[in-house]
This record gives sequence, structure tokens and C-alpha cells, in this order.
Amino acid sequence: MRRERSRDEKTPVLWMVIHGLIASAIGIGVGLAIEWFPEQASTQADPIDHLYDVLIWTSVPVFVTVTIIVLFSVRNFKMRPGEEQLDGPPIHGNTRLEVIWTALPAIVLVVLCSYAWIVLTDIEEAQANEMRINVVGQQFAWTFEYPQAGGKPIKSTQLYLPVDRPVRFYVKALDVIHDFWVPAFRMKIDAVPGIETRYRVTPNRLGTYPVVCAELCGLGHSVMRATTRVVTPAEFNAWIAERKAPVAATADGEIDGKTLFTEGNGAATACSACHTLADAGSQSQTGPDLDEALAGEDAEAIRQGIVAPDAEITEGFQAGIMPKNYGDTLSDKELDALVKYLAEVAGK
Amino acid sequence: MVARLRGPGMIRAALGTALGIAVSYVIIFIMRSWYDLDPVLDGFAVLELSLFLAPIGFLIGLGAFDYWFHYMSGRPTRPEDHSGHGAKTWRDYFRVNTDHKVIGIQYVVTSFFFFFVGGLFAMLMRAELAQPGRQFVDPNTFNGLFSVHASLLIFLFIIPVFAGLANYVLPLMIGAPDMIFPRLNALSFWMLPLAGIMMLMSFAAPGGSFASGWTAYAPLSVTAPEGQVFFTIGVQFAGASSIATALNFLATIITMRAPGMSFFRMPLLVWANFSTSLLVVIATPFIAVSQFMVLFDRSLGFNFFDPVDGGDVLMYQHIFWFYSHPAVYIMMLPGFGIISEIIAVKSRKPIFGYRMMAFSLLAIVVLGFTVWAHHMFVSGMQDWIRVPMMITTAIIAVPTGIKIFSWLATLWRGVLHLDTPMLFALGFLSMFTLGGISGVMLAIIPVTIHVSDTYFIVAHIHYVLFGGSLLTIFAGVYYWFPKMTGRMYDERLGKLHFWTTFIFFNATFAPMHIIGVQGMPRRVADYAEEWAGWNLAISIMSFFLGVSALIFAYNMIASWRGGPRAESNPWRALTIEWQVSSPPPIFNFDSLPTVVGGPYEYGVPGAVHAVFKDAEVPQPAGATASGAGRGHGSGSAEDKE
Repeated sequence: MRRERSRDEKTPVLWMVIHGLIASAIGIGVGLAIEWFPEQASTQADPIDHLYDVLIWTSVPVFVTVTIIVLFSVRNFKMRPGEEQLDGPPIHGNTRLEVIWTALPAIVLVVLCSYAWIVLTDIEEAQANEMRINVVGQQFAWTFEYPQAGGKPIKSTQLYLPVDRPVRFYVKALDVIHDFWVPAFRMKIDAVPGIETRYRVTPNRLGTYPVVCAELCGLGHSVMRATTRVVTPAEFNAWIAERKAPVAATADGEIDGKTLFTEGNGAATACSACHTLADAGSQSQTGPDLDEALAGEDAEAIRQGIVAPDAEITEGFQAGIMPKNYGDTLSDKELDALVKYLAEVAGK
Repeated sequence: MVARLRGPGMIRAALGTALGIAVSYVIIFIMRSWYDLDPVLDGFAVLELSLFLAPIGFLIGLGAFDYWFHYMSGRPTRPEDHSGHGAKTWRDYFRVNTDHKVIGIQYVVTSFFFFFVGGLFAMLMRAELAQPGRQFVDPNTFNGLFSVHASLLIFLFIIPVFAGLANYVLPLMIGAPDMIFPRLNALSFWMLPLAGIMMLMSFAAPGGSFASGWTAYAPLSVTAPEGQVFFTIGVQFAGASSIATALNFLATIITMRAPGMSFFRMPLLVWANFSTSLLVVIATPFIAVSQFMVLFDRSLGFNFFDPVDGGDVLMYQHIFWFYSHPAVYIMMLPGFGIISEIIAVKSRKPIFGYRMMAFSLLAIVVLGFTVWAHHMFVSGMQDWIRVPMMITTAIIAVPTGIKIFSWLATLWRGVLHLDTPMLFALGFLSMFTLGGISGVMLAIIPVTIHVSDTYFIVAHIHYVLFGGSLLTIFAGVYYWFPKMTGRMYDERLGKLHFWTTFIFFNATFAPMHIIGVQGMPRRVADYAEEWAGWNLAISIMSFFLGVSALIFAYNMIASWRGGPRAESNPWRALTIEWQVSSPPPIFNFDSLPTVVGGPYEYGVPGAVHAVFKDAEVPQPAGATASGAGRGHGSGSAEDKE
């Protein structure tokens, strides 16, 4: 038996359109008000963020349409007492409606894709006067190499960039896949063993931003972080000159091993990021607890543990986790100071 | 005693398992002494071979191959007397049973076991993530937890639970007495718990469980500790199970339909499983290959993914996603089928645009194979392929949109029965739309470059697999619960379950969109201080979500044990499975039905989908079910003896 067509069935479409418009306006307003992105620090960020706003403009009405129809159907057509045995009208379809809801989304999607293609071309466009920086990922550290004309490249574990200068990164991996991502720049690419991947950014805002490994790379994945410093061209040149010069001793000629342990040297990642050491107050557990692991070790063994970490592995830990680049990124003096410090507080 | 050892069953299965391990020892011993390797008995080598041979020994012992062995050796095969059909006690669920209804229940119960284990792992992860820094588990365990969580819920829950529901209802729906290959069906099921147990056992491996994610990207998976092989090999069994079931569905649907059941008179659940099975048969071999390549690289010194020796790291991702993108549709199309059944029946209206609903399934099957590289927009593959993949990915939203709009049109002017299955179906409509919208966002390359590998992806996948697949699974379980158990579930608890799930699901996963775009990467045990507030809120909400699953568990168990008896057709549905008693007779039908019309002719005066030869059926509601116990149907008593 069929339900008689009664109740306010003529007006709901109008009501739905009104409610839908109001809900869409609210939804779009909320969607645009949310602080989605981190701060913008490259010329690539703005077109991407803008594209995202356009997606919110188109998405909210779609969701609202579906939800409004569900809610109005529930309100108007739910079974009421006494209707347990009734059926709805046997409507099998409507070709015109079906053509509309096939064609309309297709058109919207093609338009969106075309816009996205334009943005993509825009953010990947080659720039004049690009600076080349090689990025090397390994478990669990980033090394940034600045090629120098007629000399050895400068290596650093912190990324220094001059503001407003286009940069092209050439990304490699030494062991497994990593992903070089600076959220403030919006761009990322996998670092893949065996091939070189690339992308461009033009930093346009001074400041300090995190570098994140975005591809699961093993135990230390969540601590595989570095820092990007976008500085003025003058500061950048000064930094390059400083890195080129032979290692300058501190004012009194002494290097503080404890500071080196907890903060790194600007080129090498701090030991405290992964190791526990009571004297330095660090509690990370990615690598062995040095208070235990180094007990009874002499200076020579400690030095080997830093520059060739895989030569001897503490029980319960795996080879290949600790970066093997400390021999490169620490100067001889710094290494001596660090070994001396560790031998004093943990070796005994 | 000897008879019990010789006869198929759990005892002989244990013996077979032990024998499999023993054979592994022997083979490794022979091979390694042949090559003068030291040590002659390498533990890992034995383990890896055992992971293949022990399950095979188990299956042989259990009796999954008895018939084939008889056949191969030329001994007289035992004519199938169907004495193995049906389940009289709980023990019948622990043997090789060829009854599709028993297998359906085995599937559903087993996969829900892994659902709760996988959910428990999610709770442990959220406990760790409640605060930045490390409190609860070490990084290796954390990586293991999310890897096993995803693997169990994908390979041991969503994919097989759909196969289980379809196993139970699909032969009934098309008027078939069973699946076409009942013994293959039994084998398919029994490979499944083996895969699940293997993945769980990985936690006992030296170095911990597999921790390279369910994606197991090489070369990380090649160099990972030994726990990785429990995934590599476990997937082979889950995959083989999946392929065998899909072949079974395809052959059953093509050849076993009742007279008059043309393709365009099939219920959409049958269409959905037909499409899904096509995907499974074509795509699943690819993940099997990708994992075999990882295994060969690990264990036999191959160089598929070692660039130093000419390997190609990106190749893994292409092979893997060529399966794993279609796998998303393998996990979604059967749910579409369930929703089509429920929305038509509960709206008391024919499905709007039936043919377009069927064609859009096939369109998704075809398009589903053309979008895999959208998972690789930042992988470093060749640039040009990204834009074509963006367009195909966006276009796949068109057939999906057709389905959504057709369901909405089906609701319109219906008589909506807002009980638990319908609530889940309506919840699915809105939540899956959100998952689809974030899916289109992820097709847009410039956005994906920023959000790939962030919590935005975690949010999207959970809106698709939880808001999409899981809500359809709940809807389907409630909908067919009376048919499968012969009992009614508790409607009040069902509604409570829906509302708690719906609210806490959104509270858990919606904020992940925001922290993802803000820059929080996924798969990390530790994160920056700025996301502490959101993560604490997400963790608390997720625990409530966990509790809501317990309401479901209680309802199912209590109702199965002591719920009121179900009528044969409590929903007044037209499809054939509701025209037999609840639960159906052991051989499904006393006389095979003849299909005379479409499956959803609600509101058409006097419309019938199928008639039975003796013309007494469709049975009046409650006439047989009230008096008959589980497994009984009217008149089938003498067949059973």
C-alpha cells in the first residue's frame, strides 16, 4: 500500500535551498576563518593557500547539499505511527536529473583541475639566478651542501637561505626514503636512494622554520628535524664566509663539550636529540642511554662511537640509526672537546 | 586416538604445523650445508620458510586439502553428501566447513576479532600521542603499533568482513544453494586467521614487530628487523584468501543465478561484489609480487630495490599502489552494495536509477586502475604523469557522486524507517561525502605537495574507511543480524551505538584535518608543542570512540545469545534472502526460486521479486521462524539426517 501524498511536500525544496544557502555561507565562513596553514615563507605558499581557499568554497556547498537532503528527508518523510505497512511512490529514475548530476560535477572538477594545473606550473617555474643546494637525507639527519666555485662544498645540518633568492634543492638519500619538507615553504619531495629529486622555492620572509622528514624512515623518524634560517643576503654571505674559514676557536680558545652535546654546533645535530645523559639533562631514548653505554669506556672508544657509530652496537639497538656524518660536521677541536666531556661525565 | 590423529581437525592441524616447521629445518639444513654456509641452521632462514610451510601444514592437517589429495592420487573421492553443512555446535565453526552460511559467520566473527585487536592498538597509539614527548611506548613499538593497526584493519577486517557478509547473503540473494566452489570457500576462510595470527606474532620477533607501515616501502622494509617478514608473508595468505574468494564470487554470480535472475535483476549488493571481485582478481597479485620482491631482497640477496646494484626504489611504490589504490575500492564497493539494499528497503522505494548504479560501479572498477600514482605526487617519479593522474582521480568522483545523489533521490518521498541500519546508512552518506571531498582535495597536486604524509592524510583515510567502510559494515551487520542469527538485536543499544560512534568519530578525526594542514607529519610518536592541545582532545575523544565499539560488542553477543526470535522477513524486504526462514534452512531453499521482477519494486502494487515453485512462498511473516531452531527450515529436516 502506498502512502498518500500529503503533508507539506510542495514547499520543502524552497526551504532546503534557503537552509542550504545559509548553511553554506556559515560553512564557508568557518572554513576560511580556520588557521589552516603555518606562516607563509616562500613565494610558493600564497598560490597554494589561495587554491586551498577555492577548494573550501567549492567543497562546503557539496557537503551541505548532501546533508541538507538527508536531514530534510528525515524530517519530512520519516515513518509516522500507523504508516508501518506503507510504501513510497515507485519512482525508478529521472534521466534529466541523472544527466545533470553526472555532468555538473564533471565540469566543476575539470575547472578545478585546470586551475590546479596553472598553480602547479606557476610554483614550479624556473627562476633566474637560482642558487643550488644539495640536500642529503640519512637516518636520521639532514645535511645541506652549498657548492662553492672551485672548492669543497660547505656542509651544514642547518639550512641557511638568503631571503628573496630563488633556490633549487637537489635531494638525495643515502639509505632509505626520506622526505624533505619545510612546511612554511609548502613544498616537499621524497629523498630517494639512487635518484636525485628536485624542487624550487623562493624564500620571501625572514625567520626560523622547521625542516621535517615527512616519510617514515625508521626509529628516529620523529626526531629527524632540522632548522631553516631565512636571513638577509649580508648575513648569509657572512655565514658562508665563516663556514669557509678554518675553524675559529672561541674567544678563550675553549669549546664547551656540554653545550655542544645539548645544542650542536649549527652544523651537527645535538647529541641530546637522541641520547639520555644525566649530566646534560637529556632524556631522549632513540639511542642508547650514554650513562650506561659509556660507563667504563676510554676516550678512544668514545671517539670511535661518535665518528663510526656502527663499529660497535649497544645491545638492544640497531646499526645504522645514528648518522655517520659526525666526523665531517664536527671540527677536530670540537670532537676533542666532546670526547673529553663525555669521558668525564659518563666514561670514568 | 589414532583415528582422531588421522581424521581432519585441530589435532591433526597442530601436527601439520609442527611437521611444517620440521620440514623447514630439514630443507634449510640441506641447502645451507650444500652451500657451506655458516651457521648451517640459521634461525631467520628457518623462520621465514616456516612461515610458509607451517600454515600449509596447518591447512593440510585441518583437512582443507583432503578432497584434492584424494582426487590427485586417484583414490576414490568421497561423494559430497553435504553432511558437513550447517553448524550444530560451536565446534563446527572450528573445522573445514563447506556451508557458505557457516563460512560467512566464521569470516565475520574472525574479522571482528581482529577489528577489536586493531582498535586496541589505536587506543595505545592515542595514549602515546596524548602528550608530546615519549611517555608510554618506545619509538619502535609505536611504529609497530600503527603498522599492525593498519595491516590488521585493512587485510584482516575490512576486506574479509565484506567477503564474510557477502558469503552469507549473496548465494541466498541470487537463489543459489551454496557458492559454486564450497571447498575453495572453506580454504579461503582458513587462510585468513593464519595471516592475522602471523601479523600479531610479529611482536614476538627479535627487534619488534614490523614497523615500516602497512605500505612497507622499500628499502626501509628490506633493511628492517626480522619482524617485517611476518607482514611480507602474512600478506601472501591474506591475499591468496582474497583472490580465491573473489574467483568464487565471480563464478557463483555468473553461473549460479536462479532462473529469471538476469544481470539487471540482481540486487545491487550482488553487483557490488561482482565489481569488487573483478578488482581483487586483477589487482591483488600486484601486492603479492611487491612483497615477494621485498622478501627476495631481504633473504636471498636479490637487488630489486637496491640502487647500488641496479635496483629501482620507485618501482616498489608503483607495484604496491597498483594494488593498493584499487584496494580502496575493494574496501568501499561492497559497502556501496550494502547501503543500496538498506536505503531501498528502509525508504520503501525502488533504488533511484538502478542501471546507473550498476554502471557507476563498473566505471569505478575501470577508473580505479588509472589513478594509482596520485599516492606518489611527491615520490620523485617523472613529473608529467602527475597531471593526468590528477584528472582521472578527480573524475572518479563523478561515478561516486552518481551513487550518492541516487541514494539521496531514493530517500526523497519515501517512508523512512529510522532504525539502526538506516541510521548507519544515513551517517555513511554524509561522512563518506566528507571523505570524498578531502579525496578530491588530495587529487589537486599543489595541495597534496603540502599535505601528503601529514595528519590530513590520516583524517582522509579514516573518513573513507571508518566514516565510509566501517559505517556500512555496521549497517550491514545490523541489517542481516536477524537473518544470520535468527535473533533480533537490541534496537535501543543499536541507536546508542550509532550516535556515540557518529559523534566521537567526528570529534576524533575532524581535527586531524587541521593539524595536518598546519604541518604535523603522520607516523610520529613525538610532535611539536603547538599541537599538544589538539592531540590531547583527539586522544580523549578516541577513547570514547573505543567505548562505543564495546556497546556494539555487547549488543551483538547478548542479542545472539538471548535476543527475541527473528521473523523470516522483519524488514518486509523483497530480495530472496528474506523469503526464507531466519536463519535459512541448511540448504537454503526447499525449491529453487524463480525471479520474476526487479529486486526493489517497493510501492509497485503486487510486485514480487521471486516466486518459489511450490507457490506457497513467500512465507507469511513468522510462520516458520518462530517454531524452528537455528539451521532449521520448514521441510528441510529430512535432508539433514
